[in-house]
Amino acid sequence: MTSKLTHLQRLEAESIHIMREVVAQADKPVMLYSVGKDSAVMLHVAKKAFYPSPPPFPLLHVDTTWKFRAMYDLRQQAADDAGMELLVHQNSEAKERGINPFDHGPVHTDMWKTQGLKQALDNYGFDAAFGGARRDEEKSRAKERVFSFRSASHGWDPKNQRPELWNLYNARKAKGESIRVFPLSNWTELDIWQYIHLENIEIVPLYFAAQRPTFEWDGGLFMADDEERLERVMGKKPEITMRSVRFRTLGCFPLTGAVESTAATLPEVIQETLLTTTSERQGRVIDKDAGGAGMEKKKQEGYF
Amino acid sequence: MTDPVYRTDALIAEDIEAYLEKHRHKTMLRFITCGSVDDGKSTLIGRLLYDSKMIFEDQLASLESDSKKVGTQGQDIDFALLVDGLAAEREQGITIDVAYRFFSTENRKFIVADCPGHEQYTRNMVTGASTADLAVILIDARKGVLTQTRRHSFLCHQLGISNILLAVNKMDLVDYDQATFDAIVDEYRDFAQSIGISDFTAIPISGLAGDNITSASANTSWYAGEHLMQHLEGVEVRSEINQAKPFRMAVQWVNRPNLDFRGFSGQIATGVVRKGDSVRVLPSGKTSTVKSVVTLDGELDQAIAGQSVTICFDDEIDCSRGDVIAGADNPPEAADQFEATIVWMDDEDMIPGRAYWLQLGTQTVAATVQAPKYEINVNTMDQLAAKTLSLNSIGVAEVTTDRSIVFEPYTENRTLGGFVLIDKLTNRTVAAGMLHFSLRRAQNVHWQAVDITRDQHAAMKNQRARVVWFTGLSGSGKSTIANLVEKKLHRMNRHTFLLDGDNVRHGLNKDLGFTEADRIENIRRVGEVAKLMSDAGLIVITAFISPFRAERQMVRSMLLDGEFIEVFVDTPIEVAEERDVKGLYKKARSGELKNFTGIDSPYETPQNAEIRIDTTAMTPQEAADKIVDVLLGDG
Repeated sequence: MTSKLTHLQRLEAESIHIMREVVAQADKPVMLYSVGKDSAVMLHVAKKAFYPSPPPFPLLHVDTTWKFRAMYDLRQQAADDAGMELLVHQNSEAKERGINPFDHGPVHTDMWKTQGLKQALDNYGFDAAFGGARRDEEKSRAKERVFSFRSASHGWDPKNQRPELWNLYNARKAKGESIRVFPLSNWTELDIWQYIHLENIEIVPLYFAAQRPTFEWDGGLFMADDEERLERVMGKKPEITMRSVRFRTLGCFPLTGAVESTAATLPEVIQETLLTTTSERQGRVIDKDAGGAGMEKKKQEGYF
Repeated sequence: MTDPVYRTDALIAEDIEAYLEKHRHKTMLRFITCGSVDDGKSTLIGRLLYDSKMIFEDQLASLESDSKKVGTQGQDIDFALLVDGLAAEREQGITIDVAYRFFSTENRKFIVADCPGHEQYTRNMVTGASTADLAVILIDARKGVLTQTRRHSFLCHQLGISNILLAVNKMDLVDYDQATFDAIVDEYRDFAQSIGISDFTAIPISGLAGDNITSASANTSWYAGEHLMQHLEGVEVRSEINQAKPFRMAVQWVNRPNLDFRGFSGQIATGVVRKGDSVRVLPSGKTSTVKSVVTLDGELDQAIAGQSVTICFDDEIDCSRGDVIAGADNPPEAADQFEATIVWMDDEDMIPGRAYWLQLGTQTVAATVQAPKYEINVNTMDQLAAKTLSLNSIGVAEVTTDRSIVFEPYTENRTLGGFVLIDKLTNRTVAAGMLHFSLRRAQNVHWQAVDITRDQHAAMKNQRARVVWFTGLSGSGKSTIANLVEKKLHRMNRHTFLLDGDNVRHGLNKDLGFTEADRIENIRRVGEVAKLMSDAGLIVITAFISPFRAERQMVRSMLLDGEFIEVFVDTPIEVAEERDVKGLYKKARSGELKNFTGIDSPYETPQNAEIRIDTTAMTPQEAADKIVDVLLGDG
């Protein structure tokens, strides 16, 4: 009598295998934690991979200071629940220069996220960093290996990736080099939602629709998470309207578009996700930089 | 228009919980698509993604604008752009690397590895095939069986894919002619049988027009078989097949949260494990009983192939990463010499005799590959004589590991039969391999147990055995200093022997030349001799240029920690060349002498030598004194 593994069970088992390989092979691993839904799933799988031990690495949040308040609220709680240390890194140069999404466009992402991440990895000497990216998110991701090798300057060379066969992962590297690891590579957006539902994983309430203060900017709909700060950097008070909105992905609040929705429970959110006709990253401003190869270019420069 | 095989929007809208319950119980099939350039592969994948609503409006809009800008289909949508995600691919209009794509139907989720067709990307095809349960081999109905069809079928078969789906595409362009289809299937059947493929399913399709993709086509009324999606949904997946095999789990990580818990974590490769089962840990062979199968969701009564679990034993037997836990009654073998099929994946050729890291399951050992028995011409399947393997070539060769590894033939178990080779210096993954069987001599030649140990040999001489390994450029002063070291030790009543590079080449190694492979073999033999002499309790002194780090490392790993003392005689090449004691530099500069270290052959400077001698700042006698001090300093 054979029993069948469902695809979610297979995905979970594969992700666990990947995480354990990193811990067995790397000297100093870290898990990047962005407080989004993919991060939540990755952290949950990590708890399973090492149970009854806590995951044997810290969580690292590369903070841009522009995240939604609700994300900051959940961050420490998630780390405490998992019995893990939470490290927060903010790029001090970006802070001093007051880099923000309104005045600085793509520089904001580069300084806070790309440079911030590189600084954090270098400062702590991490040689392997887990990230919650999925191959179905974006087309250059679809081409990236599970173990993505980065040079000493954190560069990704898409044309020179290590072949990855069976479930064998080569984590060898020279001093200074590092590896980004994507244990959720083979999950899709629906898998993530379904897993959150099945496993009852806590996520930031922003994913669920509620009446929120919103404003329109540059053709998109955004949430005024911190009106005073918005007014300061925009030079004027944004025109606020209360709308029932939710978010499909979470990043910096002035860069992450909201969608008008009434889906207030997880099943409703999944329902809406399944019936939508636009992709989840459609509201993400940063994907549209540099034409069709925006993400690939960012990754070559060291972005996740 | 929603086809019944794809998700029913009505159910999602009406009863999302019911839909999710159904979705949760889907199985997963991983498959690979292959075929030659322009056979319609991207169109087919584009259609599968599009029909299953995996392409969203914003993605379609950008695809449309990209198609006009860089597409190859005029004003029409170029589906290739959907899967070719890298800038270089879009510029050149070709697929360079494997892309993994996802879609699902009502019953199953699919992961497609879309692989490039060109011969120069064989390694990428092999990468995609390694995780696939099924291969879709596309054929253009107008062109029939091509070289690429044969190559891809052969590679898929080598990688152990037993489900082959021959999709004869572009049937719309041959007027849905049955005779054309039958002729292609017959031709393919002959070829398939010749390479050992016993079974395959052939379907006439049109990716562009949608014939026999998600429903039976009226245009091919003569065809009574399944349509493409029906076949993909019905085929048995590997995890189900693997369950019927004996239990095997490679240990990834030992889980020790506290003194009372010691569990062994891994992903079950094959079989089933239950609480109370008798198990054997390999290679040690120790047996125990499964006390519990632990997960965060509670203890399990049983776990099956594909699951990642943590197993606890009844007693405290020794078990660590790299070991394999198996059913007690039919464990796999362990051996250190094998025949294997090797796919070379690196720009730098394979070097027979060089030590590479071999990773198999969770085991990592040093391994050397002999010169191939033959290389396979992947276009004709002919066996060719070969001295080495270069990028994208496939050969059969003997592999020797520095200690026994637990394995099974690849055809029986992908996890314990598939391995990668990693270059020790660059850390690149340079090859993939599939084990056939262990060599008889590995099974029959056992270590003879001896009563007098190496420590006893050394104790009688009142010393500790050592290998003092001099390395440096020709003319750096190795032999001179080595000789002084031996004289000094001799005066101190130490038992020594000096192995000199030139002297060894007059006897033991007189069959070897100066090519890279011969130099590696030269050092390997000297290493083995030095090891035997150290077993006899001697202090062995060697003086060889030994230009490659990998080989010095190989000798180091033959000896116990602390017994190998690397002495780097660091003399700048200008100084060595000026000395030119044997007149060799002069010959090398004039071209009379080939492969001369430092001139037209590299010297890899030691990174972790125990002793460094700067001959520009120290006399040979001072150097010898320093070495003897270090050597005897720690007893």
